[in-house]
Amino acid sequence: MIEFRLPSLGSDMDSGTLVEWRVKPGDRVARGQVVAVVDTAKAAIDVECWQEGTVHALPVEPGTAMAVGTVMAILREAGESGSDVERALAARAAAAPAGAGSEGVASGALLPVAPARPPVPPVRHSPPTPPTPAGPAGPAGPFGLTVARDAARLRISPAARRRAHELGLDPQRITGHGDQGAVTLADVQAAQAAHPAAMPVPAPASRVQEMRRVIAAAMSRSKREIPHYYLAEEIPFARAAAWLAEANRERPAVQRLLPAALLLKAAARALRRYPEFNGFWRDGGFVPGSGVHLGVAVSLREGGLVAPALLDVPALRLDALTQALLDLVKRTRAGALRSSELSEATITVTNLGDQGVDSVFGVIYPPQVALLGFGRVRPRPWVDDDGGLLALPVVTATLAADHRASDGHRGALLLAEIREQLQEPPSLDLPEESR
Amino acid sequence: MNRDDVRNALLQALADVAPEVDTAALDAARPLRRQVDLDSADWLNFLVAVHEALGVDIPDAEAAKLDTLDKLVDWCARVLGPA
Repeated sequence: MIEFRLPSLGSDMDSGTLVEWRVKPGDRVARGQVVAVVDTAKAAIDVECWQEGTVHALPVEPGTAMAVGTVMAILREAGESGSDVERALAARAAAAPAGAGSEGVASGALLPVAPARPPVPPVRHSPPTPPTPAGPAGPAGPFGLTVARDAARLRISPAARRRAHELGLDPQRITGHGDQGAVTLADVQAAQAAHPAAMPVPAPASRVQEMRRVIAAAMSRSKREIPHYYLAEEIPFARAAAWLAEANRERPAVQRLLPAALLLKAAARALRRYPEFNGFWRDGGFVPGSGVHLGVAVSLREGGLVAPALLDVPALRLDALTQALLDLVKRTRAGALRSSELSEATITVTNLGDQGVDSVFGVIYPPQVALLGFGRVRPRPWVDDDGGLLALPVVTATLAADHRASDGHRGALLLAEIREQLQEPPSLDLPEESR
Repeated sequence: MNRDDVRNALLQALADVAPEVDTAALDAARPLRRQVDLDSADWLNFLVAVHEALGVDIPDAEAAKLDTLDKLVDWCARVLGPA
């Protein structure tokens, strides 16, 4: 028997609300398959399951709020029968402390290892909708959620989903006109205009407040616990810019390279050489990352930010890295991030250059131990090795690092390595084998 | 394809890459990226979406100059030729 639990979604997301199941009892689940969509303060997340099995039961219903670690699903392992699982569940329930098992397997009380925080029992935000096998679904709950009528994915942007909830509209019933039939904000507004009477009192502030609450918790913890130190380095970007302009001259948009890809690749390579910046501070010690997985800070238009991970960046050529970045940003906007992308980043990189600032000194996202920042690439006066003055495109790279895990001298070497990497764009394009 | 068709295709491409944007509220004469806060990845996603929708590829060197919806409509309509 496999108990599938709501996985960690990063240090600032400790709970989520089940939006819909993408599997049903009897379905086979493959490793890495998306089994559910969970809404968090920041985004709707596609939750992946990394174990193989057959769905036995789904004790959590859509509309239920859960803490990270809550058992969401019970899977049968290969060779296991339904009655085997029932026996195992009965044995667990009998062994559980009195009163703890009343919610059955949906209760977090059956965790074999105590989580950092006691999991809250699931709270139903909407009354359980009775199954209606024929005819239309029952009335929407307070969040506009009803039990998903099939496992097909409703494509909807986070902003549209939020607005629909605020307006008490069932997103499943709104006709989408976006990419691949996705329901957009405009579709929700149109649906509201068509049925103005069906509109309960909106609560637009709550979502923004919840976003601020989770960011406040994570950033306050960071500043309370992490002794930050900060370094900055001005990096000539002339060679990189010239190489990029040449590479992009004949490329159609679909094959074009982003300047950010060079910055990310240079950072990832340098982190390979200075691994004490790539990983986590846990239980009083540094734990290196299993690879270089860069969390890329993406600011959300409706407020706040999220930093999903680009995995194994050193192994990517610049075109693949650009495509991965474009895909990640697009899915962040469309509300289709995967759970692993929110928990696997080994360091965060923020690029505020698009907004026009020269440098950014970040707040480390715990339990990570460093944050790299890149500002705007812009022409600046530069003195070359012979004392000559010229104007060059320059980018300022900054490092905020955890002094428990590293020292300023090594941080300076890390930034110098990023600078050197950016002076050799053709070699930056080559993939580096993972170790 | 007339200018309105081109304009609608561009707005649809924008809605695809920035679903939270209210395209009806755009000022076509003001810089687009600043109005709707498109970062460089959003912008490239938009150019790719425009290519998919209209079959028109906006070169890298040209794209930076086409900073308003009006300019984008003009440029694409000219490349596509008369309806």
